[in-house]
Amino acid sequence: MGLKTPLFASHVAAGAKIVDFGGWDMPLHYGSQKEEHHAVRNTAGVFDVSHMTIVDLNGDRVREFLRYLLANDVARLQTPGKALYSAMLNDNGGVIDDLIVYFMHECWFRLIVNAATRDKDLAWMQKQAHDFSVTVTEVAGTAMLAVQGPKARELASGCVDAKWREAALALPPFTGMQAGQLFIARTGYTGEDGWEIVMPAAAAASTWDQLLAAGVAPCGLGARDTLRLEAAMNLYGTDMDETVSPLEAGMGWTIAWEPREREFIGRASLERKRSDPTLQRFVGLLLEDKGVLRNHQRVVVAGQGEGEITSGGYSPTMERSIALARLPAGQSESAAVDVRGKLLQVRIVPTPFVRNGKIRIKT
Amino acid sequence: MIELPGDLLYTEEHEWLRREDDGSVTIGITDHAQAALGDLVYVELPEVGQELDSGGDMAVVESVKAASDVYSPIAGVVEEVNESLADDPEIINGDPYGSGWIVRLRPSEKINEDELLSPIAYQELLDEEDA
Repeated sequence: MGLKTPLFASHVAAGAKIVDFGGWDMPLHYGSQKEEHHAVRNTAGVFDVSHMTIVDLNGDRVREFLRYLLANDVARLQTPGKALYSAMLNDNGGVIDDLIVYFMHECWFRLIVNAATRDKDLAWMQKQAHDFSVTVTEVAGTAMLAVQGPKARELASGCVDAKWREAALALPPFTGMQAGQLFIARTGYTGEDGWEIVMPAAAAASTWDQLLAAGVAPCGLGARDTLRLEAAMNLYGTDMDETVSPLEAGMGWTIAWEPREREFIGRASLERKRSDPTLQRFVGLLLEDKGVLRNHQRVVVAGQGEGEITSGGYSPTMERSIALARLPAGQSESAAVDVRGKLLQVRIVPTPFVRNGKIRIKT
Repeated sequence: MIELPGDLLYTEEHEWLRREDDGSVTIGITDHAQAALGDLVYVELPEVGQELDSGGDMAVVESVKAASDVYSPIAGVVEEVNESLADDPEIINGDPYGSGWIVRLRPSEKINEDELLSPIAYQELLDEEDA
């Protein structure tokens, strides 16, 4: 038996098929992964993401520390509650993890990191934090729910105390606030509007029940994966890891190159890669034929060489198969993917595939 | 509950076989298999006329989650494939023993029932997997 979130019993009661995910017993789906996917694109769904790791960093020099630790620049965070997506790199520019950092106040930043990378993330942060007299504290005793979809905020607002509701609904994207015992942020991993809500573990089951009663669909890890793939949001350990730089994982936009004098871990290595014309490119693929693209399938680009699918699957919104892939440097609009020995034609397309309920690729 | 018709034979790989009156054999995947796979999104079918070995690749069923091979439980020649699965693979989820059949074979040798599972034996297999 694996680790359980405070909502394990609620998942079982909702009919979840439970699977192991990085040592956690988590819901894969509650009957139909596709219907859960559509619920998030069309109305609202809720995911238990309590397995994710919340880390508080405290100290007088915490901002200075994070400007050194992360490839994105927390100098961009000037209003309390404002959030930033960033990679945390090793000295070679490889991705230790991707995370969201919240500016709480000048001596306190909050990080949300992946569950499967918890131990190495904490060890790395603790090692680097020492010189800055910053304390690294894992937040325990909490649960986290992601409520996502065009109706998510409206349907979830009933869980927020009336005193805070108006302010919570007015939160701009990528911003969070404390609302009584809830920490509410307008963030997510689906390409839809919505909130991620951190709460005391004791409040998790009643909040979950309230959301379901309001018409929010319970959604499992299966739908979470197809939604994030359509939104072309990377999955750590699949699309990037410590051997891959953000430049080869479609995360170039998360690197803050300016100001040039800011030293951050991995910078020197990234500067060299940035001017390397042979650096692999990270692209979206759309399967022209019937079939399903899967992780690790070989991609053949005529005249340019071979690459690999990092995340492939079926898009319930597009009713087609899509993928993210790392390909040799170059320009090309099509390629072929080796699916069980047959070469199937794919189109190389800009990402995201789907955002805010709309298909962005011409099929 | 998992549905398990009593007039079929089964395999350890969660396929079912029905012996038709004309001597051909219809093959599909069990209710347990479709439930474990989840929503099906693609089925790769063999060609009519193709010769299949016992235990050889027959079809591939792909769900949102993963691809899964379907093996031919017997040796034979493909007489008919369920073309409607090409456009609507979820038929298998809704009716695995009926309209969700996959292939109809003409056996090339006498079927050895000892190598297949009776409904009772298949039920025992499922019970063991649950335990």
